[in-house]
Amino acid sequence: MTKSSAQYGSRLTAALQADRGGRLFLGTLIVVSAIVPLLNLLPSPASALHLSNYTVTLIGKYMTYAMLAIAVDLIWGYCGILSLGHGAFFALGGYAMGMYLMRQIGTRGVYGNPILPDFMVFLNWKELPWFWEGFNAFPYALLMIVLVPGMLALVFGFLAFRSRVSGVYLSIITQALTYALMLAFFRNDMGFGGNNGFTDFKDILGFSLQSSATRITLFLVTALSLGACYVLCRLIIASRAGRVIQAIRDAENRARFIGYRVESYKLWLFVLSAVLSGIAGALYVPQVGIINPSEFSPANSIEIVIWVAIGGRGTLYGAVVGAFLVNYAKTYFTDALPSMWLYALGTLFVVVTLFLPRGVVGAISGREFFRRRALRT
Amino acid sequence: MTRPRDCTVSLIMLLAAVVSIAGVPAAVRAAEPIAATAPAAVPPAVADQAPPGDQAPARDQGMAALLAQLPEASYADKRTLIGHLTALRDPRVRGVLKAMLDGNLYVRSSDGRVLIAVPPGEGQGDSTDNQLRLLDPLTAAAAGTAAAEDLSTIGVNNQLRKVLRVALAQFDLASPDTAVRLAAVKEMLRALDTDGQTVLRERIKQETDAGVKREIQVGLALADLDAPDAATRLGAVRALSGSLNPDVYNRLSAMVQPSSDGSYGESDPEVRAAAKADLHSIERSRTFYAAIQTILYGLSQGSVLVLAAIGLAITFGVMGVINMAHGELMMLGAYTTYVVQLLMPQHIGASILVAIPLAFLVSGLAGIAIERGIVRHLYGRPLETLLATFGVSLILQQAVRDIFSANNRPVETPEWLAGSLQINEVLAITYNRLYIIVFTFALFLVLLAVLKRTRLGLEVRAVSQNRAMAKAMGVRTEWVDALTFGLGSGIAGVAGVALSQLTNVGPNLGQSYIVDSFMVVVFGGVGNLWGTEVGGNALGVVNKLLEPYSGAVLAKIFVLVFLILFIQRRPRGLFPQKGRAADG
Repeated sequence: MTKSSAQYGSRLTAALQADRGGRLFLGTLIVVSAIVPLLNLLPSPASALHLSNYTVTLIGKYMTYAMLAIAVDLIWGYCGILSLGHGAFFALGGYAMGMYLMRQIGTRGVYGNPILPDFMVFLNWKELPWFWEGFNAFPYALLMIVLVPGMLALVFGFLAFRSRVSGVYLSIITQALTYALMLAFFRNDMGFGGNNGFTDFKDILGFSLQSSATRITLFLVTALSLGACYVLCRLIIASRAGRVIQAIRDAENRARFIGYRVESYKLWLFVLSAVLSGIAGALYVPQVGIINPSEFSPANSIEIVIWVAIGGRGTLYGAVVGAFLVNYAKTYFTDALPSMWLYALGTLFVVVTLFLPRGVVGAISGREFFRRRALRT
Repeated sequence: MTRPRDCTVSLIMLLAAVVSIAGVPAAVRAAEPIAATAPAAVPPAVADQAPPGDQAPARDQGMAALLAQLPEASYADKRTLIGHLTALRDPRVRGVLKAMLDGNLYVRSSDGRVLIAVPPGEGQGDSTDNQLRLLDPLTAAAAGTAAAEDLSTIGVNNQLRKVLRVALAQFDLASPDTAVRLAAVKEMLRALDTDGQTVLRERIKQETDAGVKREIQVGLALADLDAPDAATRLGAVRALSGSLNPDVYNRLSAMVQPSSDGSYGESDPEVRAAAKADLHSIERSRTFYAAIQTILYGLSQGSVLVLAAIGLAITFGVMGVINMAHGELMMLGAYTTYVVQLLMPQHIGASILVAIPLAFLVSGLAGIAIERGIVRHLYGRPLETLLATFGVSLILQQAVRDIFSANNRPVETPEWLAGSLQINEVLAITYNRLYIIVFTFALFLVLLAVLKRTRLGLEVRAVSQNRAMAKAMGVRTEWVDALTFGLGSGIAGVAGVALSQLTNVGPNLGQSYIVDSFMVVVFGGVGNLWGTEVGGNALGVVNKLLEPYSGAVLAKIFVLVFLILFIQRRPRGLFPQKGRAADG
């Protein structure tokens, strides 16, 4: 591995040159992350141009969802692995961040215990469980955000891919995985706050989570992560390994017979996707201010898949478009017509699978690009 | 109970009147000799026979005399009087005691006669003007009516009620009805005195029913444990061997438990050894029955899983279609039950039986609509089918929320499903658990028969194995697809009816089963009905076996993790399909 950064740079240019949608997306991302903070900070709150903190947080939330959607698209769109349990990795990353934030509350909790979070005092626990040790240090928390989802994906993927569980069966057991985790996290004596989860965070790295500056910073960090995540995935797809991965999607047995280690490719892609989901979850929690076990619910994970499907599978930027569209619709509907939301979402599922197999992005542009590749599920 | 004895009626009434006027002291003198000799002289069995004719006047006289003392007696005296009355072994006494227990025994203020009031609502008593219909306790003849103000109740306290219940039980011992006798024995054992023991010892000689006999034996043996004589105690301990009565266990444990000063509740070492042996065998059979109970509970829980999964075994297992709306089709079945009960509130018992075919139709038609509208276009694309049907499930959930509200709906349980079957003192199983096991197995057999023995089943199997060939042979594959999907969906509806008796009927009913049911189908082996049946029941039993150690939620998590690992080991399930069908 002695390639210079210049070589990577040229690869990136090459990858983006072939990716018009990606260039558009990255350009928009840069513009948004420049304009949103400015509109939030500069105009007076009374001005029509002013963006409220709420809107900033909302866009930040959508961006974490977009990251999650990219992670799902990476394995589903390019490798044919339909995970119905990616919400679990997202939530695990979120919980790791939540644990750090809980430890930061310190004596400001309701019970004022310097070590134990409120819910432990409430449950009459005397000392911190071993798995909570170290979460008061931010670097350790960051490590866990990557390690926990990564390790789970590694073990799960290793077992699943080695025994060649694929297709629908894999989808069903990923769903069972997130379901089992949901049941586990709902239990009070697991040490993760039971069904209330974590909330009431005070500050991150010493900066108050309520202040505008912290929110803007979090927003920018999220935007940066989203961009980096996109570029990373694009680089992988454009690389030799990316071609093998797509070959596996289209003809798994043929790729195996040619001599590629199909299981290894699948495994590391799966782990990477889980890690990206975990990071997205970690960015989600400080902005939204709460994490609870319902994030693990199987329905949530299926919803992620529909973001990707609506946006357009196997494009990466389509996933971003899908995540924004569906979640904006959700925000709108749950506010304006709460009872209509599930009808709308349900209809979306049906209509998109029946009439828009390439998603919104596919319907709008790049028809020849898709026609060449017969996506297989 | 009472036979008309017209010739004596007038005499009795005359006597009763005389006695009640004559006052208490004379009556006590008259009553005492009879009371003292009665228990030994008259065996309890005569209680169901009419007293022999020649003794009747004396008996009536005694009874009347005792009754006459009741109004003036203190509670302690009443207790003695009840003892004496019981000792008469006269069936008429039962009516008196029962009335006394229920607070229906009165004294008429005008003449001081003791009379039984017929509770209002019974017979044609005119309760509007507060008149009570009265009966004479000796003759059971109507004794006119009286306003409540003209009567005073013969009061009882809690202690007396207990005495009365035991006394009534002694009468019931002679009842021809086994259940009544058993209840009577149990009542007597609650407060067993020496008199009661004598009565029971007499009774056991003529008792024919084994259950009642055993109950009496255990009760008497328990009483004998207090005997001063070690041989009697030993005999009692031996007699108690194998009894599962919790009292027996407690008493025996107390006997062999050393107290702080090293002495035992039981002083004789031989008796103690026998008690220990008894305890050992009791513990063994307790463990045995506890295991049976766990397995039965596990089977019933497994049956719920099978119910949820068996429709899926058709749509997913045979057709290969992932129907995420399967849970919602069950939900439709459960709501059908609710609607049927709304429509026929007078016949809750029959409502379930009406709901079963109706739910099959409702869910089956919904299933066919889903197949024709959506699934048909997505054959060969299982992941898209999954997403589209998940969309359908969301729409159905919200539809139910809008129509029936988001809250759970109350579905009533018919009487024949309530209650439990008591097999012995430590093993009981509720009827709904029992029925669910039977029902699931019946449903499974029906489905198996449809698939293996009917034309439709043949075509379904043909299409699932080789669609093109089946088509070439003239099978209308589209028609078969729709019917198969409808069948699987209809079965889901029937499962929903059963689930409505076990869980809450709400919009989330389906979602809570969907993961489980897919796991069951995959665990059992896709395309294999037997696999689903065996797999579901096995999972239920494993779950119940784990529960005592880990708690319900953790047990479920363990089972899920086990399943995830199992599918890694054997991706084709417990009973993989052999042959070409497995190639897909």
